[in-house]
Amino acid sequence: MTAALARGLRAFGRFWWDFLVGDTPELFVVTLVVVGIAFALSGLHLLPVIVIPGLVALAVVVSAARGRVARR
Amino acid sequence: MRSSEWVLVLAVFGASAVEMVEALTIVVAAGSTRGWRSALQGAATAVAVLAALVLVVGVPLIRYVPIDALRVIVGALLLSLGLNWLRKAWLRASGHKAAHDEDRIYAETVAELAADGPVRPQRDAVGFAVAFKGVFLEGTEVVLIVISLGASQGRLGLASLAAAAAAVVVFGVGALVARQLSSVPENTIKLTVGVMLTSFGIFWVGEGAGIHWPGSDAFLLALVAVFAVLSAAVIPWLRRSSPAVAGVAP
Repeated sequence: MTAALARGLRAFGRFWWDFLVGDTPELFVVTLVVVGIAFALSGLHLLPVIVIPGLVALAVVVSAARGRVARR
Repeated sequence: MRSSEWVLVLAVFGASAVEMVEALTIVVAAGSTRGWRSALQGAATAVAVLAALVLVVGVPLIRYVPIDALRVIVGALLLSLGLNWLRKAWLRASGHKAAHDEDRIYAETVAELAADGPVRPQRDAVGFAVAFKGVFLEGTEVVLIVISLGASQGRLGLASLAAAAAAVVVFGVGALVARQLSSVPENTIKLTVGVMLTSFGIFWVGEGAGIHWPGSDAFLLALVAVFAVLSAAVIPWLRRSSPAVAGVAP
């Protein structure tokens, strides 16, 4: 019973790890940073509107560039 | 319907369609090798379990979690998922990652199932299990998207309907042509959904944190436009350094 529960919990944890982090931990970190910045800048008007989409765009471009197969 | 609801319907429909095309490949492989009855029973059971998951997880989320906290959490989930879909679609479109090949998956699944002992005429456990697993695993991501998008806007029913409609369309077309749908432009749909999920993620994280987006819901469309334009610019840029272009096999 305990072993089955532990196996289930491990599988549940593995699912969420693969789902959220997987092989692109940098995108998970960016997501957390975006949440932090959103709270930090929520009192301002224009800055978050530019900074948050800009940061997300930059992050995904850098991540994709890093994921390229190197030209030989 | 408001613009955010249209985007919700399109995002859920697209995500569900992509995942259901992948599930259909496995169901058709199971049906043609182990018998249609068991394969369809397996697929139907998986759909029922997924629908129950939406009810069991989604409804309490809407009722008991404060809406701003819910929006930040599901926004972060959608952003994480959307960025991964977007990155993968860019790499596939530019030749840095192999495209999802339904024909190859079908052939491999058929070969595995054919080697898996004799078929039982009444109920074939192997066919049932493979179809169940295929639909359930592909559908889990759809359930997360349905719950996230539906709960954050209080439109769980609308999101579930969009997912169900996609499943009906994909399985309906699959049944008509009696094969897996290898000609569906899967990466284009994945790219579109990636753009939408990323936009929704940014939008809901901001809303939940108390940011007032200019134009309210209409800002979501602006985000979709920004990431669509970014995709149109980045894919050719990535393609320039693609191994295929450079003459090296991917």
